[in-house]
Amino acid sequence: MKLKRLVILVLFMSGLFLPAAMSIQRFPKPEFESGYVEPVTQFPLPRGEFLIWMDVAVLLLTISLASWLVIKKRSRLGVFWLSLFSLAYFGFYRQGCVCSIGAIQNVTLALFSGNFTIPLAVLFFFLIPLIFTLLFGRTFCAAVCPFGAIQDLVAFKPMQIGAWLNAFLGMIPYLYLGLAVLFAATTTDFIICRYDPFVGIFRLNGSFGMFIFAGVLLLAGVFIARPYCRFLCPYGVLLNWMSRFSWKHMTITPAECVQCRLCENICPYDAIDFPQTKKDPASHRKQINRVILLGLLVPVLVLAGVWTGSQIHRTLAGVNSKVRLVRLLQTEPMLKDKDELPEITAFRSSGVPQEQLVSEVDGIEKDFLKGSRIFGGFIGLVFGLTLSGLFRTPYRTDYVTNRATCLSCSRCVDYCPVIKK
Amino acid sequence: MRTTIRGTLFGGLALMAGDLLFKEGLPLFGKNTKAGPTVWQLDPAKCIQCGRCAINCVKTPSAVKCTHAYSMCGYCKLCSGYFKPGTKTLETGAENKLCPVSAIKRTFVEDPFYEYIIDETLCIGCGKCVKGCGAFGNGSLQLQVRHHLCDNCNDCSIARNCPAEAFSRVPLTDPYLLKGFGKEKI
Repeated sequence: MKLKRLVILVLFMSGLFLPAAMSIQRFPKPEFESGYVEPVTQFPLPRGEFLIWMDVAVLLLTISLASWLVIKKRSRLGVFWLSLFSLAYFGFYRQGCVCSIGAIQNVTLALFSGNFTIPLAVLFFFLIPLIFTLLFGRTFCAAVCPFGAIQDLVAFKPMQIGAWLNAFLGMIPYLYLGLAVLFAATTTDFIICRYDPFVGIFRLNGSFGMFIFAGVLLLAGVFIARPYCRFLCPYGVLLNWMSRFSWKHMTITPAECVQCRLCENICPYDAIDFPQTKKDPASHRKQINRVILLGLLVPVLVLAGVWTGSQIHRTLAGVNSKVRLVRLLQTEPMLKDKDELPEITAFRSSGVPQEQLVSEVDGIEKDFLKGSRIFGGFIGLVFGLTLSGLFRTPYRTDYVTNRATCLSCSRCVDYCPVIKK
Repeated sequence: MRTTIRGTLFGGLALMAGDLLFKEGLPLFGKNTKAGPTVWQLDPAKCIQCGRCAINCVKTPSAVKCTHAYSMCGYCKLCSGYFKPGTKTLETGAENKLCPVSAIKRTFVEDPFYEYIIDETLCIGCGKCVKGCGAFGNGSLQLQVRHHLCDNCNDCSIARNCPAEAFSRVPLTDPYLLKGFGKEKI
C-alpha cells in the first residue's frame, strides 16, 4: 500500500515537474468563437547583406582617395575634407562598427578558435588598411579612420613632448595590442571594443565612464595631438610596422630640402626627424658601446617579461567568465542561497556537470599561462628595442618624415616653400 | 632590404588570409554562409531572465525586447506574465502589473480569453514578464534581439555580461530563434 502511494507520488511529481523543464503547452490554445484573428509575430530584419559590402566598398574608395591625396596631390585640404566624410560615414552613420581596430580581435579569434569563422567583410576591414599602408604609408590614419578624424578636429594647440616621453608613451599600444590578442585568442573578451572611447560619441549613447574617458582624450588632444592614435591604438602598432617598409611614403618636400626649418615645429605628432650631424669619432665609439650594452640587455628584458607573464597569468585568467565562475563555485559554500548570483543559477539550470567545467577551465588557465609568457616576452622585447632605439642617432642631412610614426596628415606639406620644377 | 621585408610582410598577410579563408572550405560568395555577415542571437532556451539585457545594451532602451509568439499563447485570463503574483483583482492598475513600464496591453477577446500585445516602444527588455510566463504559463513571451534596433556591435555588451551564455553570432540569414515556430527557428 505504501509502495503504491509512493509510485503515485513519484508519477505525480514527475508529471508536475516535466512541463517546467520542457516548457510544454500548459494551456491549450483556445478556439475562438467570436471570429478573433490572432496577431502575427513580427520579425524585423537586420541591415541587409549588401550594405555590409557597401561599407567595404566605401573603405576601399576612401583609402584609395586618401593615398592619392597624400602621395600625388599633396593636399592637406583634401585630406581634411575626406577625414570629415569618414567621420560622418564610419563614425556617425555606421556608428563605429565594424572597424579595422576592432577587427584585430576577430582575426585573432578566427586564427585561434576552431568554431569561429570570420566574416569576409571583417577580414577585408582588417587587411585593406594594412595593404595600403605597405604601399603608401599610413594614409588610413590620415583620412579614413573616424577615431583619427575626430581627434584631428580638436588638435588646436599641439605641443611637442620630446623623444623620451614619446617613446615611453608609445609603448602603451604594444601592451594594449598584446592584451587584446591574449584575451581574444582565449575567447575571453574583446577589450578593444569594450574600452572604445569614441563609440559613445558616435552613437550619442554610452556609459558614463566611457564618456569621461572620451572627454579626457579629446581635451588632452587639444594640446597633445591624437592621444589615442599615438599612445593607445593597437592597430596603429601594426600600421607602424607596415609603414616602415612602405613602397611609397608622403614626403615633406616635393623636391630637394633647402633646410629652411619652416616645417620644424609644425608636426603635431612629433613625426619629423631632424637632420643629424656626424658625431666625432670619440663619441661615436662611446655610442656604439652603449648600443651593444643595450643589445645585451634586450634578452634579459625578454626573460624578465616571460617570468612576469607566468607570475600574473592567474590574474589575467580571472577576466575570463568561465574561470570566474569556477572560482565562484569553489568559494560558493560561503554564499547564501537567497543572494545567489545569476551565473550560478544559469550554470545549475544548464545541467553541465561541474567536473566538465573545471576541466575546461584548467585548459583555459594553461592557455593563459602560455599566452601570458609570450605576452610578457613580447613586452620585454618592445621595451628593450625602444630603449636602444632612443640612443641610436643615425646620420641625416634633411628634414624627413618618420615613416613609423608619421600619420600622413600632410600638414607639413603646406609649410614647405620648395616648388617642384 | 626594405623591398625584401615588404615582400615578406605581403606574403605573411596573404598566408594569414589564406588560412582564414580555407579553414572551412573556400567561402565563395554566398556558398559558405558561415563566412558571411553575422548578427547576434538570443537563445530563449538558455535565457534565465536575469534582467541584464535591460541594463547592459549600449542602446537605451535595450535592443532586446520581449517578443510574443502568439501561436503559443493560452490567452489566459490570469496571465502570470502580466499580473504580479498574488494579485487579488484582475484589474489593469499599475500596482497589479509585472511590467515596470506598462508595455503589455491586455484586451478582452471573449470569455474567458484575453489578448496580450507588447508595445515595443515601451519595452525595456527586463524579462520580468518572460519569467512569469515561463514559470506558470506556456512560455509564449520570449526575449529576442530586435534586429531593426540592434547596432550589431562587434563585441555585444549584453553577450559579454550574459550569465547563461545565451548569446551567439549567427548568420545574417537566420536571425531569430523562437520557441513555437516549427523547428524553433525563423
